[in-house]
Amino acid sequence: MLPDRLLTIGLRVAQALPVIFGVIVVSFILTRALPGDPAVYFAGAAADEASIAEVRSALGLDKSLPAQFWIYLTDLASGDLGQSISTGQSVASDLATRLPASLELTLISLVLSCSIAIPLGILAATRPGSAVDHLCRVLVTAGVSLPTFFTGVVLIYVFYYLLGIAPSPLGRLDFVYIEPDQVTGFYLIDAAIAGDWETWTGSLKQLVLPAITLALFTLAPLARMTRAAMLSALSSDYVRTARAAGLTEEKVLSTYAFRNALLPVVTTLGMVFSFTLGANVLVEKVFAWPGIGSYAVEALVVSDYAAVQGFVLAMALLFVALNLVIDLTYTMIDPRIGFQTK
Amino acid sequence: MSLLSIEKLKVSFQTRRGEVQAVRGVSLNVDKGEILGIVGESGSGKSVTSYALMHLLDKGGSITGGALSYGGLDLKNAKESAMRDLRGREISMIFQNPRAALNPIRKVGHQIEDVLRRHAKATRFTARAEAIKALEAVRIHDAEARYHAYPFELSGGMCQRVVIAIALACDPKLLIADEPTTGLDITTQKAVMDLISELIAERGMSALVITHDLGLGAQYCDRIVVMKDGEVVEEGAPEQLFVAPKHAYTRKLVDATPRAGAEVRSLLPKSKRTPMPQFHPSGTPLLEVRDLVKTYQGKFGPVHAVKGISFDVQKGQSVGLVGESGCGKSTTSSMLVRLDDPTSGVIRFNGEDLAQTPAQSFARDPRRASIQMVFQDATDSFNPRHTARQSISEPLARLAKMDRTQRRARVAELSDLVGLPQPLLDRFPHQLSGGQKARVGIARAIALNPEFLVLDEPTAALDVSIQAVVLNLLVDLRAKLGVSYLFVSHDLHVVRLLCDHVVVMKDGEIIEQGPTAQVMDTPSHPYTRALLSAAPKPPTLTRPTFSAA
Repeated sequence: MLPDRLLTIGLRVAQALPVIFGVIVVSFILTRALPGDPAVYFAGAAADEASIAEVRSALGLDKSLPAQFWIYLTDLASGDLGQSISTGQSVASDLATRLPASLELTLISLVLSCSIAIPLGILAATRPGSAVDHLCRVLVTAGVSLPTFFTGVVLIYVFYYLLGIAPSPLGRLDFVYIEPDQVTGFYLIDAAIAGDWETWTGSLKQLVLPAITLALFTLAPLARMTRAAMLSALSSDYVRTARAAGLTEEKVLSTYAFRNALLPVVTTLGMVFSFTLGANVLVEKVFAWPGIGSYAVEALVVSDYAAVQGFVLAMALLFVALNLVIDLTYTMIDPRIGFQTK
Repeated sequence: MSLLSIEKLKVSFQTRRGEVQAVRGVSLNVDKGEILGIVGESGSGKSVTSYALMHLLDKGGSITGGALSYGGLDLKNAKESAMRDLRGREISMIFQNPRAALNPIRKVGHQIEDVLRRHAKATRFTARAEAIKALEAVRIHDAEARYHAYPFELSGGMCQRVVIAIALACDPKLLIADEPTTGLDITTQKAVMDLISELIAERGMSALVITHDLGLGAQYCDRIVVMKDGEVVEEGAPEQLFVAPKHAYTRKLVDATPRAGAEVRSLLPKSKRTPMPQFHPSGTPLLEVRDLVKTYQGKFGPVHAVKGISFDVQKGQSVGLVGESGCGKSTTSSMLVRLDDPTSGVIRFNGEDLAQTPAQSFARDPRRASIQMVFQDATDSFNPRHTARQSISEPLARLAKMDRTQRRARVAELSDLVGLPQPLLDRFPHQLSGGQKARVGIARAIALNPEFLVLDEPTAALDVSIQAVVLNLLVDLRAKLGVSYLFVSHDLHVVRLLCDHVVVMKDGEIIEQGPTAQVMDTPSHPYTRALLSAAPKPPTLTRPTFSAA
């Protein structure tokens, strides 16, 4: 059974390879199709023709597109994502520090959002038309209709400026703390490994406001989907059978209704995860969070080819992994879904 | 003293259009060891009565009057917690559509354990053994392996056995069976009903069997209550109801129940029986099917759905295609109406081989008009956004290229032909009743004067009294139009009423065919005999009355 599953996972990964290659090609072409010349930008405002040409050849941009692509590919094969011309660091090391920052924020906010949205959705479904249901509706509407930068700014205004209980919204860690040694890149985990609980609390404090901001936004689809899936599960024949057998309401809700409702919720969770990871630029900007979203936007503005391509590639790999995890979760929830190789 | 007594029960539902009374003062008793049948057509309130008794009414439904008592216990005013202790332990329920009635993602063994543990009939340590015992009690072979099965891995009949196992796990005293065999094959239906009645006798239980099938009810119940529009219209022993129905509605139901010895006209109420039209098939062949094969590429290798069948349909003849689910009858009919391509074989229609024309391009073939189909589900086979008129005129516009006025005239003519009042033509499917939808489906199929009509269980979803009307309509239409029928059905009684010739299929092969009377009266194949003996046998009208029941 287990080697069988490993084999199918391997096959799935293999099937993702053409997609990854496509992403590499498209991101390469698109970055070059964008208006803007990095050579002009980096040569500076006072540059003349000759110095621009010099910068251009230094960046390797004077070569033909296929030649540039070939160089890019061979570099990739050796694990070199190139040099970011705006940060001056290698793209790989930039991503290694920034991707965990984004992931940490996204994951914490999703855990937060799930722990509110799912119980709320279940409560709303079991008591349609009740106060809980209305609360759910209000929260959901507010969550989607308020843009994240707005909720972020309001939270900062209230909790940092007015009440003063939140730390200054300036990145992952206040300057009084020392960054933990990088193991996973997740400050909470790294600080815990180092046993530095002061830093741990410090970074948690920094996380709270941006995580709430993102959680409010992701609450809506999750709560709605939980409510809808629970409603349909609760009106199903098997729930009626369970009730006719006298099972307790708790058992009916958990084992019969909720486990069946979980499938669409997991699907939604996967979608929410992918779009938050890519789209939390605004939150990162508001909280000066050194995440991957703001990195990509900055790189795009200055036509920093290597950085943009590195970002797109990292996201593509992440999504492939995410989809695999979601598919595996399905097979664990629902025995009807065979983990198929095709 | 009776085990269960229902006094003047009233149930109503709050709907958007106000309060609807589903049950209006129903009184009935179930004695110890008795099997009581509640028979009625859709909307009669028979299921609602039982759900009210279990406190399992859908949202908006409530008991508005009357009394419910079970073994001296007042159920009407019982608290939900008390009801929960009662359900499954004292009163259990089994449902129609057994596959949906089981949690799709939980092992059946665990579902039985849930009930056992809930009612303290087993502990964590004995649950497994008890669940296997419960599976064995419903005659499931290899119960230990089945314990680990999920519902999707079991057949419909097997799922119903599991549902019964769940219901009977805690030895309840009363079993409510709500249409327990609807949707099951006829031999499975017999097996399930036999099992239920055996188990009930074995354990000295009482049962309430809710069914729309008077024949089935009569065969298995000690006493029958007939319901209509939320009221009990008659009650009595099955023989008594069949032989001397007192109420006009019971009379109508008894007449409409297809049974051995009945004729198609005798299904109708006496006042509506017109003389049978005289019609004899000409004897010239219309459709010749030779060595028809259909093989699908399945997940685990090829699936041989149809394995080389041959039969003829003559002009004006009505041929019945009979078999249980999975026998290939639907595949055969969809190949014959040219919606699906055979793997090999010949479909000769008026001398031309239709199998040569791929199904994809047959829609534009001039012969499309002469082969039409009436579908099983009258609701799902219409575009919900089209009125009846639009549905019927669709083939007129597309295939006959009629203009607006011609179409209007033809639709009016067709609606008269199928007995659909013309004002109904501008209604949408959801505004029509089941019988009216069946008429629209037939009108659409005969719009282009087809020579050959495939009828895929056209009455399976209809109430018996409406089925009786539709079957008679089909008989009249054949006489008027001289059209040939291929009547696909699992109901042998209906086939006997309507068909001249019967083809019996099993596992993709024809195992027996011949004139209806010959196949039905002197079946040569054991499977045909099994099918015939599985069909419910209501007491016949000619039978001497009152065997000591």
